Amino acid sequence: MGALSNQLLVVTILLYVFAMLCYAIEFAFGHRSVVAKVAVTVGAPLPSDVSPPLSALPTRVGAVGVGLTGLGLAAHVATLVTRGIAAGRVPWGNMYEFVIAVSLVGTVAWLIVLSRFPQLRHLGLFVSLVTALLLAIAGMSLYTPAGPLVPALHSYWLVIHVTAAITASGILLVGFVAAVLHLIRIGYDKGSRRFPYGLAQRLPAAETIERLTFRVHAFAFPIWTFAIMCGAIWAEAAWGRYWGWDPKETWSFVAWVVYACYLHARSTPSVSRRITSWIAVAGWVAMLINLYGVNIFASSFHSYSGLK
Amino acid sequence: MVRRLVLEAVALARRSWRQLTSMRTALVLLLLLAVAAIPGSVLPQRNVAQEKVTTYLSTHPRSGPWLNKFGFFDVYASPWFSAIYLLLFLSLVGCLIPRLRSHVTALLRVPPDAPKNLDRLPVSAQGLSREGGAERLRSILKARRFRVVVREQPDGITVSAEKGYLKETGNLLFHFALLTLLIGVALGSWWGWHGNRLLVAGADQAFCNSLQQYDEHGLGARVGDDDLPPFCLRLDGFSASYLDNGQPTKYDAHVTVKDHGRSTPRELEVNDPLRLDGSSVYLLGHGYALVLKYTDKYGQSQTTVVPFLNTDNLLSSEGVATFPDANINPTTRQRDEKSEIGFRGVYLPTISSDTSVRTSTYPEERDPRLFLQPYRGELGYDAGAALNVYTLDPRQIAAGRLVTFGPQLAMRPGDTKTLPDGTTVQFVGTRPWVTLSIRHDPGEKVVLSGAVALLLGLLVSLTGKRRRIWFRITDDDVTAGGLPRSDYPGFAAEFDEVVRSIGKAEPALVSIEER
Repeated sequence: MGALSNQLLVVTILLYVFAMLCYAIEFAFGHRSVVAKVAVTVGAPLPSDVSPPLSALPTRVGAVGVGLTGLGLAAHVATLVTRGIAAGRVPWGNMYEFVIAVSLVGTVAWLIVLSRFPQLRHLGLFVSLVTALLLAIAGMSLYTPAGPLVPALHSYWLVIHVTAAITASGILLVGFVAAVLHLIRIGYDKGSRRFPYGLAQRLPAAETIERLTFRVHAFAFPIWTFAIMCGAIWAEAAWGRYWGWDPKETWSFVAWVVYACYLHARSTPSVSRRITSWIAVAGWVAMLINLYGVNIFASSFHSYSGLK
Repeated sequence: MVRRLVLEAVALARRSWRQLTSMRTALVLLLLLAVAAIPGSVLPQRNVAQEKVTTYLSTHPRSGPWLNKFGFFDVYASPWFSAIYLLLFLSLVGCLIPRLRSHVTALLRVPPDAPKNLDRLPVSAQGLSREGGAERLRSILKARRFRVVVREQPDGITVSAEKGYLKETGNLLFHFALLTLLIGVALGSWWGWHGNRLLVAGADQAFCNSLQQYDEHGLGARVGDDDLPPFCLRLDGFSASYLDNGQPTKYDAHVTVKDHGRSTPRELEVNDPLRLDGSSVYLLGHGYALVLKYTDKYGQSQTTVVPFLNTDNLLSSEGVATFPDANINPTTRQRDEKSEIGFRGVYLPTISSDTSVRTSTYPEERDPRLFLQPYRGELGYDAGAALNVYTLDPRQIAAGRLVTFGPQLAMRPGDTKTLPDGTTVQFVGTRPWVTLSIRHDPGEKVVLSGAVALLLGLLVSLTGKRRRIWFRITDDDVTAGGLPRSDYPGFAAEFDEVVRSIGKAEPALVSIEER
């Protein structure tokens, strides 16, 4: 079962890579005229009939990309399920499994966003690129054979705390992408056409992306808060204190404070939306440091990466 | 003159207070707090690993003392970190009190009257049905759980409705919960205490809860030595299970607790602490303690039990055993200071088949081996300096007062070896030890309830949407207007629904406008 999970991971990565190629074709050769038409209508809720004409070949390839992403998602889920069966426990007991689970949540969140904003489809290029990279890195350098958990992880809090952390991280990943797109769109609106601002040509209006950014963060923040709370309760049972400024705890706190700052800045009219999006980006940087930096470099109580 | 100065001082104080309680200041303080927390994850911290701080100071002779001076090894207790969060909380209080006041007023007050031009609001509609009049409008809005008030004005009847007060309630709850958290943390640091202790199995090694018995301890500012609840703990046994690669899967310590004169056997596991009256006992680590018996040249035997500390996950362990009272002439009681005996040892629970490898290959005792290097001379215990029970005094060795005594010995349990002077050492066996943390934190419950309230407030404040809807019934028309008072993209749809449920006067007249 463990071997099957490993093979499924390869299938998942390949499907995402093929999806990425499709998105890339659409991104590079898609009709600009369609884009212009879409761009005019943004700001108001998009009527569903403003989808690009199906006759264009690149557009059809883009649709294939979505299909491949869906297949990839199925393989992705199967990877985790078989892994869980092989190990006889929830499949997020080490860093390898954690990264696979976070990218799964990211993909699901992306598909949900896509169903609401179909005109963003070609941006799947970047989403599938990030996902395929995360999975490949997990497979190559974080791989740990499937096995039972160390005693410190024998707790039902593993399911609650880590699931919440994974969910929040996956959603915040999408929030980060939205914040970056918003920043790119602002630059584009100011007249920049250099890379990466040129990409914004086919994006919805800055306001629309910004609202999406906010809603994604507002959704993820309580989940992240919950994850930290559960972590504290578990820490009390396992280590005797609910908070001890362990590097993982510190960086969770940093990310939480930065995201709290984002939400406050967002509700303050005098703070520009450009600054709020930058704060959201800073929050994601803290999340990344928390995931990779702390697991690999710091000596932390949270050393469950399984890496030697 | 004095009056002017006083006035100026008051004005300055007011300005500073307004500045401190402004959102901008709060945002800057929040970001500062995030940045200030970072050094604590990069530099070693005293409260976590004192020995790492010492190492850092000795390897960074130039920057180390400066960092130390500015509290970088105690970030979370440093004046600058405390200053940031205290200012933040002060700013929070300054912001919350007026908001609480105005929220209470808002809760008590009825929704304000309709603005003059409803068609200037973000959403508006005209040509609505006047059937049923204001009463029908009221009941429709009431059914949607709006707070409604009907007013008779010279130009007609107005209906004002407002909904979503919970948002601000949640917001205030969230922020007051933060204050509760701070209070809970403060309670813990004043009335909490903890002690860490390495406990070797056996009745002769049992310990009782008092400060002298701890290897390391910390008392809150308001806790005295005799405030610790009296109980005694004895380790009866320890069982662990491992995978073939040595990865542990389960630890289980069997202990006996003696409390209020009653002895009860209890199980202690990782993630499953022992909850005693007034404190909790946590299992942190485990290892092997060695039992060694030394027989000196007068035939006197002494047995010692020494915990060896693990150097890796497969429980390769290191430690020392000392016999400062060895070779005392039993008839004259004459102490020969030059012939105190010490052993430095490495214990491998499972030795590698490759004998040149001096690390364990499995954490259980499958093929145990003890490598002992005997030393003879002055152990240096009388010098009065703080001593580390896990190493021989390196100064005594460096000064040549404590020297190796014969070759290194390789022993299995039960083996007896003879030293060059005919004295013998026996490796009697091993006993398990565990490291325990014993803690009491009276602030925990406060912190937990604060955290729950925080999450609840957060959910309510992020999902709640404050909005107002007005109707004006005049002789010519029935008009409506809506105003979302927070970010609420679905408001137009909700407004639309309300307007539709009211119905139209004549089909052609209804028009819903979104600005």
